[in-house]
Amino acid sequence: MTAQELPIHGDADVVRVRQAVRALAIEAKLSLVDQTKLVTAASELARNTLTYGGGGSATIERVENGTRAGVRALFHDDGPGIADLALALRDGYTSGGGLGLGLGGAKRLVDAFEIRSEPGRGTTVTVTKWAR
Amino acid sequence: MERIPVLKIGDTLLVSIQTDLHDQMVLALQEDLADRIAATGARGVLIDISGLEIVDSFAGRMLAAIAGISKILDAETVVVGMRPAVAITLVELGLSLNGIKTALDVERGLRLLS
Repeated sequence: MTAQELPIHGDADVVRVRQAVRALAIEAKLSLVDQTKLVTAASELARNTLTYGGGGSATIERVENGTRAGVRALFHDDGPGIADLALALRDGYTSGGGLGLGLGGAKRLVDAFEIRSEPGRGTTVTVTKWAR
Repeated sequence: MERIPVLKIGDTLLVSIQTDLHDQMVLALQEDLADRIAATGARGVLIDISGLEIVDSFAGRMLAAIAGISKILDAETVVVGMRPAVAITLVELGLSLNGIKTALDVERGLRLLS
């Protein structure tokens, strides 16, 4: 299964990422609620990439684990990075005037969540949602 | 840019969001609604989101902002038609939509406003 890389440089790109993730989630036969959770998480993360990372890309693909199908989405930017990851994941914390629900909220909506970031080296967030 | 139409029925302004929201459309809608409330003296704003497949924190904040602006202009906002999967996701995301009145459908929403 080949991964698709989608640029994130404007708010129309956020919409395109949502639509592409939705299409993969349907292919992987995620339930409607799980599709909605994954697409919502992808929307939060794509917006973070745009707002805090200064733009970047999303790489999305279908994945399989034995008999289970799922969708994995990776968001990458070369922005300023995050100095305190624990703080950034806390509900209500924001550096950009948002609600501060993006990272922590996205984490709750998916089955697996991984974040790598260093000040000055950008941020990469990977999320996976499996069909039940 | 595509704009979301605002309809007037009696004292109520009705907005039906049927398309995936771009940020610029959302900001234009806030302005259009504020202008229409001031121009018409509408007392209620009904926002139908049955066409929305997701509501993320940006869209949630936008709904709260519209409700806040309307309130200052002496109009009450009711959000109707949220899909069940969207409601489940919103709660898990941590967005409680405090201060926004909701109803299941347009008919019940209109009753709330009358």
